[in-house]
This record gives sequence, C-alpha cells and structure tokens, in this order.
Amino acid sequence: MAAADSRTAPRPAGAGEEIVVTGIGALTPIGSDAPSMWQGLLAAANGARSLPDWPDDVPVKFAAQLSDEAEAKLNAEIPPHQRRKLDRVQQVALVAAREAWADAGTPEIDPERLGVCVTSGIGGLTTILTQHDTMRERGAARVSPHTVPMLMPNGPGAAVGLELKARAGVHVPVSACASGSEALAFALDMIRAGRADVVVAGGAEAVIHPLPIAAFASMRALSTRNDEPSAASRPYDKARDGFVMGEGAGILVLERESDARARGAKIYGVLAGAGMTSDAHDVVAPEPTGAGAARALAAALRDAGLDPADIAHINAHATSTPQGDVAEALAMRRALGSAMDAVVVSATKGCTGHLLGAAGAVEAIATLLALRDRLAPPTRNLDDPDDAVDIDVARLDPRPLRSGPLAAASNSFGFGGHNVSLAFRSA
Amino acid sequence: MTQQDILAGLAEIVNEIAGIETSEVELDKSFIDDLDLDSLTMVEVATSAEDKFGVRIPDENLKDLKTVRDAVDFIEKAGVAA
Repeated sequence: MAAADSRTAPRPAGAGEEIVVTGIGALTPIGSDAPSMWQGLLAAANGARSLPDWPDDVPVKFAAQLSDEAEAKLNAEIPPHQRRKLDRVQQVALVAAREAWADAGTPEIDPERLGVCVTSGIGGLTTILTQHDTMRERGAARVSPHTVPMLMPNGPGAAVGLELKARAGVHVPVSACASGSEALAFALDMIRAGRADVVVAGGAEAVIHPLPIAAFASMRALSTRNDEPSAASRPYDKARDGFVMGEGAGILVLERESDARARGAKIYGVLAGAGMTSDAHDVVAPEPTGAGAARALAAALRDAGLDPADIAHINAHATSTPQGDVAEALAMRRALGSAMDAVVVSATKGCTGHLLGAAGAVEAIATLLALRDRLAPPTRNLDDPDDAVDIDVARLDPRPLRSGPLAAASNSFGFGGHNVSLAFRSA
Repeated sequence: MTQQDILAGLAEIVNEIAGIETSEVELDKSFIDDLDLDSLTMVEVATSAEDKFGVRIPDENLKDLKTVRDAVDFIEKAGVAA
C-alpha cells in the first residue's frame, strides 16, 4: 500500500520548474505529420480545395480536407474494423497522438501518472448525422451500438486515453475553436498541480459534412470564394470574407523539464504559461475592442513570468473573418503596448484553414517550431494588408526572429466568448 | 445447421466486424480475452448473429457468452428451438 500511496500522491512541480514539450504530432490539410506541416507552413502551402460530390444548395463548396498523404496515413493506421467504432475525429486524434508519443520516445511511465487532455470543438457530429440517416432509412434496430462513444464530445480524449492506458485522468475542456489551446492549459495545470507526470494534450476536429458547412455558412462565418479555394483563407487581407473550415489534429506531449532531461528526451520548448478569459459580450461576435482577448494574453505572460518585451513572435488566431482579425490585432496591441512593434505575427490559417477545436494545438506546434528554427512562418494570401491592422505580420517569406533567448505566444478564441492564450519559451 | 456451419458463420461475422482472421476464431477462445473484442463490439457481433442465424440473443444470455463455444452452443440450441 505504501508504494501505491507514494506513487499516486500529488507531486506538484517545484517553484521554477518548467513544463516542456517533448513530442509533437499533427495530421493536417498540409501534411501527414508535424515536420511536413512545418515545411508546408514555411512554404506557405495551400490546404483548401473544392469538395467532390457536394450538394448544389450548400453555398460553400470547398474546405481544407486532410492532404492526400494525411488521408493515406489515416487509412493505413486505422483499419476498417476500427473505423466502425471510431468517429473520424477520434481517428485523426489517435494518429496524431501516436506520432507525438513515438516522437517523445514512448516514455516509460506508470499509467497512474499519465494524463490525457485531448478535445475537439464539436465532437463526433458526422456519426450523429450518418446514424440518423441509418435510422430513417433502415430502422432504429440498425443504429450501431458504437454510436454513443463515437458521438460523445469526450470521444477523442477517451480514445487516446484508452490506447495509451492513461489512468491519471482524461480531461476534455470544450470551448469551440479555443478547445485545443484550453486542453494544453489544462495539461499544464495538471502537471503543475502534481496530478500527472506526463500529459498527452491537444485537439482534433473532423466535421467536413454538408450540414456543419451549411450551418457555418448560414451564420455568414465562411468564405464563399468557391471559384478559388486556394485564395479563400486570407487573414488580415483587405479582401478576406470568412474562414475556411479545416480538419485534422495536433497533439503534444508535456512533462517536467527535470524528468525530460533525466530520460534524455529532446525538448522542443517550454509551455511557460496560459491565460484564459471570457468576453460575456455576444454568443459569437468578438468583443470589438479586444479587451477580453487582451486580458487572456496578458494573463499568459504573467503566468509565464514574461514581460511584453520578451515576446518575439505570436501565432495569431486570425481566422480570416472581417471582424475577428481586427479585434485580435487590437487585443495584441492592447496587451503588449509598444512592445508589439517588435513582434512578428504569423497567421497560419492562411495555409491550413481553420481546424476549429484542433487549431490551438496545431498552432502551438507551429509556435514551438518557430522558436526552434527562429523563423516566423509566412501568412498565405496576405496580399493587401487591412489598414485597420496595426501590427507586423509575416507575409511572403519566413521571417527570421531576433537573436538571444526567445519567447512567443499563441492565441485561440471560440464561439461563446472564450479567449485562451499560451506563452512559450525556447528550450 | 451443424456446429461447423455455425462456427464458420460466426467467424465471418467476427472477421467483418473486428478484422480478426476467420482461422483465429476457434471454439475455445474467449471473445474478450483472446480475440480482444470490447463490450460494444460483442453487442454488434450478437446483433449480426441474430440476423444471420435467425435467432434471438437476449441481453441476459449475451453476458454469459464468454467463449466462441458458448456462442456456437447457444445459437445451435436457439436455432432448434425456433
């Protein structure tokens, strides 16, 4: 008993103990793994394309589906019999989690010290829709017994937890398009509080189906540039007209720096802090002055012990909507003041589209790799910057970051008024 | 229908649903421990077996079908009764 007690007793991170990222995995519209995504971002690659066999009356006819390589990897890793019991959002989460876990060197860890915080913004929606079709066409008796665990919002987290045998806790914070970042914030708390030694964290999304596209189109959130999908996602550009829905997953492995060093793991960087606020302004519209988002960013810096002048790079949420991009630019300026002049901003959704609940996790990976390579990726399709956006955005080519120790941030915002910012330091 | 026929039919179902080779589906194997089926996959197998063999497998009986032999025996008896 004594051994079991000491094993499961909280082991809070000591003062000054950093939480580092030792593994990354990503399945995205621009790559089948994290390295190929990063190469795609540096090359300003396009992830959006027309949707085949699409209903005529759905006004938006394109999306950022998984790249062909990513789709092939998904099919190879998830055999047909597993697809019967895993929604696509769970499948992409599993593939990215496997990559991250292998990348971290498959840490040997007591399952009771391993946690999972893997979420999505929407969950297993396509299962609900296809099983509803089944019920209407073939009767209630034909509804799959796997339906509930496939549609439940905690499905991706549960699937990853089951595969990795994580028994310290599986947590699934849902905050629409801020979900992936919020999962990383929870993971950070989980290790700091001593509830786990290693946490696998991130987000997944896979809802490219006529209903959600029609629904996002009805609220006028999506770009309607059907004739030119590759130019549709254009954060901060004057001609932006909405976001491009994407699918995929991003997963990171977090642990204490001392543990990572002791086992000789490679370290991508430090997740130094997180800030979370809510607007209580409108169910979907951003608070126009960016006050709530600014508080989240300031809180992340405070949590990380960073000053505004330490920040060299921000991966913006910037989804390419007319209102949201401006509000976020104001928020960053408000939080960092004149130090914002020295920050190079990247809006990687120009390449990937908007991966909704996976966005924050995928962009956390991009931010860490920007720190590692000291390069801010370009913002695809930013041809004519909006005059209302008074910040320095990387445009055509990767922009070198300053010399010396580096810190960066990543923002995510979600319908419902959720604001989440993460702060990172180079390893 | 002979035991062999039922075993072969059941193996086809397990193969389709769980991706396990039909030759692996042997009488003495446990669905959960040896063939690694989860609880809901067992429900799916039972529903498919009901269709294929024209029998009813009530919930109170399903929980007792631990091995392939248990299932074959149950289907054989239920088929005779029907």
